[in-house]
Amino acid sequence: MEIIYTIWLRSMKRFVRSKSRIFGSIAMPLFLLLFLGLGLNSVVNASSLGQEYVMFLVPGMVAMSVLFSSIFSGLQIIWDKQFGFLKETLVAPVSRLEIMLGQTAGGATTSVLQGLILMVFSVLIGLRIQNPVGFFIALAFMILVGIGFTAFGIAIASRMEDMTGFQLIMNFVIFPLFGLSGALFPISSLPAWLVPVTLMDPLTYGVEGIRFGLTGVSQINPVVCAAVVAGFAVAMTAIGAYLFRKISI
Amino acid sequence: MTIAIHVTDLTRRFGDLVAVDRISFEIVQGEIFGLLGPNGAGKTTTLSMLSTMLEPTFGTAEIMGIDIKKDQDGVRKAIGIVFQDQSLDEELTAWENMDFHGRLYRLPKEIREQRIDELLKLVELSDRKNDIVKTFSGGMRRRLEIARGLLHHPQVLFLDEPTLGLDPQTRNHLWKYIEILAKEKNITIILTTHYMEEADRLCNRIAIIDHGKIIALDTPAQLKDSIGGDVVTIQSPDTEKIATTLVAPWISRIESHDDEVRITLVNAEQHISTIVTRLNEEKIPITSISVHKPTLEDVFLSFTGKTIRERDADSKEAMRMHFRMMRH
Repeated sequence: MEIIYTIWLRSMKRFVRSKSRIFGSIAMPLFLLLFLGLGLNSVVNASSLGQEYVMFLVPGMVAMSVLFSSIFSGLQIIWDKQFGFLKETLVAPVSRLEIMLGQTAGGATTSVLQGLILMVFSVLIGLRIQNPVGFFIALAFMILVGIGFTAFGIAIASRMEDMTGFQLIMNFVIFPLFGLSGALFPISSLPAWLVPVTLMDPLTYGVEGIRFGLTGVSQINPVVCAAVVAGFAVAMTAIGAYLFRKISI
Repeated sequence: MTIAIHVTDLTRRFGDLVAVDRISFEIVQGEIFGLLGPNGAGKTTTLSMLSTMLEPTFGTAEIMGIDIKKDQDGVRKAIGIVFQDQSLDEELTAWENMDFHGRLYRLPKEIREQRIDELLKLVELSDRKNDIVKTFSGGMRRRLEIARGLLHHPQVLFLDEPTLGLDPQTRNHLWKYIEILAKEKNITIILTTHYMEEADRLCNRIAIIDHGKIIALDTPAQLKDSIGGDVVTIQSPDTEKIATTLVAPWISRIESHDDEVRITLVNAEQHISTIVTRLNEEKIPITSISVHKPTLEDVFLSFTGKTIRERDADSKEAMRMHFRMMRH
């Protein structure tokens, strides 16, 4: 536990110190929320959603900020590899599992914090959370999404030498995960052939779960969402830990 | 005398490249031991294996009696290491980097804090302890890394090219620290370097390593004695003719490299006028001539037939070839 805490603590220190990074990664979902949400609010037929489009969009954007910042936190390992810091941890008498879990805990925490910051902004533009329980349900989903995708980032980072593949990951992994997740539109509005693809995206269940917590409405049963997202987090942690064990520097 | 490090037939291959080739040596506790050689000779690979970062292909080693293959955590606790490339977190302060290390090695809070203060004082960084490492100069970072490597009181300290890229003043400064560490704390130090003067100044014993093999191992003084005399270096546009002209029983060896000839001989001072006279007779122009006591550079030259700088260039070329082949 000490070691996991130590590595988590480092992530926290770096997070608090990187104001520009926090702002930079919050900006994208916030702008999307403002432009798409406010811009399309009157155009999108609200009746099928059961709520205003901008409020429909809030959980999606919260999930997006958790997704992006958790994957980046996982990919942080590549920077540590390039700047040499990873060696310092790998040569210490600690197990790789502890290092990986510490990194995951750190990444999950920072990404959830980012999601919460976005939630605060959402309240400013009119989000009304139904009840405290709903908030904690959303928080639980954010934590699971954060853990799952940080571990996912670590798994990728364990196999990458440097940042040259970053654009590839951005365009072919992160963005499709986000785009297919129903963060921007209800899954039911997609053509039938695309629905199964959406249902294979773990983020879909995260978005729906957060949406259920924040607005009380979701298109997928929240219990199913919880099971899938929790399963994803566990599976990714296992895969990430396995790949990280074999990392070489 | 306790044996701190015992290496037997240690070997590492990368594909068909043999980076380290069956090296064996012993290091006594409190000794400063140098691995001297050009880039790509296998120094860092050797350290990586001894610090459990890399599995040996063959052979083994014991550090303070602990087998590097059987008890990696035991070895890791016993050693401190300063890597060739920087390994600090630039976004943390000096103190936080130290604290992180102390926690990784599970030092209790009071001991951790007391030692951090002590060590930062030793490397003269106390007044900068709360500054972010990003703002530090190369020398300061190096000092911080050495302090960090000592935090858990290792019995053996590995220094991989500790003064690479530092200015002469900082280098001198660091050498003093290293000497203090070995003398006062009885820490065994194994360092790699390709600076001859560094090895000469610091090390009790030196292993000269080339192409993954130890080609000579002795004290600096004895290595230099093994050359068999003084060295006269003549620069001239016509080096080859010099080599054929100068033949005498008192010359033990004569070699030409680029635009200079190195002559090894006993009592150079007595023979220098003879050399100059002979060359004048043959009308061979002399750009400059110098006499010096043998250095480790000369030792390296006599064992490998090349200067360490020529070898550096060789190995860079070899490395380029190697990677080119890997890519195709």
